[in-house]
Amino acid sequence: MSTRITIQPVTRIEGHAKVTLHVDEDGAINGAQFHVIEFRGFEKIALGRPFTEMPGLMARICGICPISHIIASSKAGDMLLGVRTPRAAVLQRRLLTDAQILQSHALSFFHLSSPDLLLGFDAPPSKRNLFGVAETDVEFARAGIRLRQLGQRIIEGVTGKRVHPNWGIPGGVLGAVPGELRDEVLARLPESYAAMDDALGRAKRWADQYAPEIEGMGNFPSLHAGLVGADGAPDYYDGKLRLVDGDGNVVAPGLDPRRYFEYLEERAEPWSYMKFPFYKPLGYPNGMYRVGPLSRLNVATCMGTERADREFVELRQRGGGAVNASFHYHLARLVEMVGALERMERLFADPELLSADVRSRAMLNEEEGIGSCEAPRGVLFHHYKVDGNGLVTSANLLIATAQNNLAINRTVEQAARRFVKPDALQEGMLNRVEAAIRCYDPCLSCSTHALGQMPLVLELVGPDGTVRDRLQRE
Amino acid sequence: MDTVKTRLATVWMGGCSGCHMSFLDLDETLLELAAKVELCYSPIADAKEFPEVDVTLVEGCLANREHLAEIRHIRARTKILIAFGDCAITGNITAIRNSVPLGVVLSTAYGDPRFGQTQGVLPVLLDEAMPLHEAVKVDYYLPGCPPSAEKILDLVGSLLAGEPVNGSKRFG
Ligand code: SF4
Repeated sequence: MSTRITIQPVTRIEGHAKVTLHVDEDGAINGAQFHVIEFRGFEKIALGRPFTEMPGLMARICGICPISHIIASSKAGDMLLGVRTPRAAVLQRRLLTDAQILQSHALSFFHLSSPDLLLGFDAPPSKRNLFGVAETDVEFARAGIRLRQLGQRIIEGVTGKRVHPNWGIPGGVLGAVPGELRDEVLARLPESYAAMDDALGRAKRWADQYAPEIEGMGNFPSLHAGLVGADGAPDYYDGKLRLVDGDGNVVAPGLDPRRYFEYLEERAEPWSYMKFPFYKPLGYPNGMYRVGPLSRLNVATCMGTERADREFVELRQRGGGAVNASFHYHLARLVEMVGALERMERLFADPELLSADVRSRAMLNEEEGIGSCEAPRGVLFHHYKVDGNGLVTSANLLIATAQNNLAINRTVEQAARRFVKPDALQEGMLNRVEAAIRCYDPCLSCSTHALGQMPLVLELVGPDGTVRDRLQRE
Repeated sequence: MDTVKTRLATVWMGGCSGCHMSFLDLDETLLELAAKVELCYSPIADAKEFPEVDVTLVEGCLANREHLAEIRHIRARTKILIAFGDCAITGNITAIRNSVPLGVVLSTAYGDPRFGQTQGVLPVLLDEAMPLHEAVKVDYYLPGCPPSAEKILDLVGSLLAGEPVNGSKRFG
């Protein structure tokens, strides 16, 4: 007889998912699945629409990282036009990439994950949220809010809107960066660096304090993938895809993202709307690879900026050749936020950032366009084919979070085996499974679509499918 | 002085989370709001069961059968239900798929017109995604894709103060 434990909804992640844990006759966990239960069908609704509409439409895949979708989509559009995008537009796209890293990582660390870290995984569920954090340490909560706000404010300052701006287009962007924004942002930087120092100090203490969680929340060797530049630092806007294995050995030094289909492939499984990408040469599911903050730092050899480089060196010492414990995604996220602040400071020092020469115009010149960039959660690909009138005839999207799908499933199983005792179930055990998922900061609205929330229910199901017992979490 | 806090819920259905991001764009005002409001249920909190609440903001439209059951449950337990953003109000992006049969949409994404619909694991999709008011009574409509943080504060703030609401009670 086998039984099953269901966690639904998984909370404090960006999207809707449930988890099934399989329990064998001896009461031990012998399997786990992470189900994404959202679907919106962007591959279909893009069809028949002009490619120039894609950045605006594709932004709506996700309200957290719309900038990444706009950029990947605009870059695919650049390729369809066959133009070279003006430098000022590239600088602007880089600026907003960094602003989005800042706001999205702040959301993940402060708003969604810090309740577990600051209050503890076993804290009362009603307190485990941003307001519970504020009750305990209002300045810490405020620092997180202000870091996220700075990222959002930069996006708003450039585009006029914080979420889903009309901004990116094939060939460039729509307008110039206003000069006042530079002064406003530069004035905020000292406070922001100080807030990052404080957050990093805490995160390092937590990384020492939560040893069982580091061991049990997704600690296994796997491939890591991310875009890197010629200097070895992550290049979030225009890098080549590098893969390393769990020992840090380079598996592929610099693949062309425009040829992703030659080395990446996806499988669908009928128990999840989110697909399972894998690295083709190793097959399915051995070709599991991780993407996102930790993986980017694993494939990179430096960060390319002073403060972030110091933190990078320290973080990499937490692993051998590669840091394989997914718990360290949290720390990696903070290192990336520091890097984003420094790169934005650098970008604002470049006078061309404010140039109004931000758009190259052309007619349609190509039939196929592929755009890639690093979204906060990992590398992202948009791939369109169009007809002679520029109407989309096929759209393929390879979303960051989906590329972590195999790893998240593996992580859920590891965390469940480690922390969940099916015969003496406690809420904190299940929260640890959810917290393991939160390490990846999964954005499931990106991956497919959203579902309403159901209570968390533990069901003991007999082999005939009948529910033997039911336990509900408040 | 211990004032009774307004019980607030935020719900995410067939949307992109952008409306919720706009709510978080209240920034430090969130900390002030916390003095007057208790966030009882939300994707950013850990309550697993929908409680009795005063105000609920619902992002997104109804795209599958679980949404439909859930919105009725929420309606029965909430005093003021707000259709939060264009997807909740009109179906918007999520409803674009309505122009083609569901099987075709699923085929395009997964190569199988009934993908995920028969195993009892994934929620069964509605043939057509629909706005909230087709299933339940909606008290206020807060338009925008997403509505700006100022507009959210305007509506929620008026409700909190018991003032006449500067928002639309009707659709369109
Ligand atoms: S209304 Fe716009 S921002 Fe809100 S969920 Fe729908 S697409 Fe996203």
